[in-house]
Amino acid sequence: MSGDRGSAGVSGDAVGARWPELIVALALMVLGTMVIADSLRVGIGWADDGPRSGYFPFYIGLALLGSSGWVFVKQLLRFKRDHAVFAEREQAKLVLAMLWPVTVYVAAIFLVGIYLASAALIGYFMLRYGKYKALPTAAVSFGVPLLFFLVFERWFLVQLPKGPIERWLGF
Amino acid sequence: MEELSNLAGGFAVAATLPNLGFMLIGITLGVLIGVLPGLGGANGIAILLPLTFSMNPVSAIIMLSCIYWGALFGGAITSILFNIPGEPWSVATTFDGHPMAQQGKAAEALTAAFTSSFVGALFAVLLITFLAPLLAKFALKFGPAEFFAVQFLTFASFIGMSKEPAAKTIAAMMLGFALAAVGMDTVTGTLRMTYGQPELLKGFDFLIAVIGLFGIGEILLTMEEGLAFKGKSAKITFGVVLKTWKAMFQHWKVFLRSTLIGCWMGITPGGATPASFMSYGMARRMSKTPENFGKGDITGVIAPETAAHAAGTSALLPMLTLGIPGSPTAAVLLGGLLIWGLQPGPMLFIEQKDFVWGLIASMYLGNIVGLIVVLTTVPWWAAILRIPFSVIAPVIIVICAIGAYTVHSSMLDVVMMLVFGVVGYFFKKLKYPLAPLVLALVLGDMAEASFRQSMLLSQGELSIFWSNPLVGTIFGLAVLLLLWPLWGAAKKIARKQEAKAA
Repeated sequence: MSGDRGSAGVSGDAVGARWPELIVALALMVLGTMVIADSLRVGIGWADDGPRSGYFPFYIGLALLGSSGWVFVKQLLRFKRDHAVFAEREQAKLVLAMLWPVTVYVAAIFLVGIYLASAALIGYFMLRYGKYKALPTAAVSFGVPLLFFLVFERWFLVQLPKGPIERWLGF
Repeated sequence: MEELSNLAGGFAVAATLPNLGFMLIGITLGVLIGVLPGLGGANGIAILLPLTFSMNPVSAIIMLSCIYWGALFGGAITSILFNIPGEPWSVATTFDGHPMAQQGKAAEALTAAFTSSFVGALFAVLLITFLAPLLAKFALKFGPAEFFAVQFLTFASFIGMSKEPAAKTIAAMMLGFALAAVGMDTVTGTLRMTYGQPELLKGFDFLIAVIGLFGIGEILLTMEEGLAFKGKSAKITFGVVLKTWKAMFQHWKVFLRSTLIGCWMGITPGGATPASFMSYGMARRMSKTPENFGKGDITGVIAPETAAHAAGTSALLPMLTLGIPGSPTAAVLLGGLLIWGLQPGPMLFIEQKDFVWGLIASMYLGNIVGLIVVLTTVPWWAAILRIPFSVIAPVIIVICAIGAYTVHSSMLDVVMMLVFGVVGYFFKKLKYPLAPLVLALVLGDMAEASFRQSMLLSQGELSIFWSNPLVGTIFGLAVLLLLWPLWGAAKKIARKQEAKAA
């Protein structure tokens, strides 16, 4: 509610929206083409027992290709004039700072199971961004997965992915 | 009054002690989900769905729908106290709710928001009680052509009423249909679009898509804001509640109007978010003192909250009677019904009477329980938000990952969740709407089946869609909605021409 100037859109240090627009539209066009190609492969016409498998998806693919192609062409036509902001550079950095640990986290689940990976993820965020001391960090980052372990494996009897450490402990 | 006796039977099913317990758990979880950014009604229910597979369907759906009511209530808490909408449909509530909190009237604002939510939901449930059986009876006459026409109408109305560009709405929707078509074709058994990957045989599960798009995507968006919670604390006393209720009676016209907007937007799949904005805008336009809006006018809290809750609730009407969900969350509930082997649609009202009326009765009870829970526990929820984002964010990611994994006990799903999360972030930033994508992913198979059945009946003639007045009307309406954006574009061009000529 501050009346003074300079909150949004003033800084020139921003990631433009035009490249993301083009890339997303292009990706959708590729997907549309893949749908059409595969529909043609399984047949878009009629067999003795009715419409073939590609009958419906074929038109879906056409509509996907058409609509994303429309976005793509429109974006190309005004590419030079488009100065819409996708995100401020600072914001983009923050998003990436979130995205890469999560990617590592998902990869780590394959290796060490979900419990250790979760502990590491929570610990990383608390130390890096929360500036917590070691003790509270350790308490939360091990406490939360332990709680999930009790709720899922004990209470609801749902098995979650486990790694070598859990196996060594005998689970 | 057959409905009333059915409803009484429903209360007997729903009001057992264990079910009331599940309601309480559901509401509490729902408010928690609503309060935390990144966890919303749709993905919250998607995450918890696998946990209910072992429960009986009535208890399970009661708990899940109560999570939904809870999330609807919970979104208001963060909007008013912290100026952070916990849910997209409570964005409009921040406009006047947070100024009220800053003026020290947080308790009034919260009471008004909760009560409005309750009133909106109550009217929507009344509507469901009396309209659903009629609609179901009517829908029994439907053949495949009529069903496809209704589904077509659903999707056409997204294109016609969406605030996002029509081309992007269509693209998002078609992506949903395309993803739904991946895997085994249920009619012919042919493999489609798997490109030789055996993992794709089962196709894409919409639950994973929902958790990724709404959960991970939302966390990434929230991260942009570099979140620092700076909020007002609030404690609601009984005296304030009574005083606010008294004051709210004067605004019955706002209630009525907002409820109507909400119910309309819920049944036609506009959803709770546009309903809340539309209702807020209407309230400001109709107000005698529009200059007070944005500075803490209580009607600016009542209008969006009533409409959002009415829309959220009435979205279940087409889901139950026609098998067509009116919102992404309703779509997730529909997915749950299918997993329990219940086929939503008109037959549900005949074959699963206990289930349907138990659910409807639980909507009454759940909202009453919800109102009491939120009015009494606000300080705790406000305290949860004092936990810094650096702790909450990774915990939410862990919850999403567990939720994605438990759907099929498959690690591929966790990877897909991450992919959908990035897609969700880009789609949100570039204004591709997510709701049509999710609905198309859920309804894709059904829409395709009814389309192919109609084509079989007519031997490939599209004219079956205007072969009788009923299907013709629905189909005509759909085409009208579909062409609506063109009309707007044509007007724009005409205006430009005029300006040039002048």
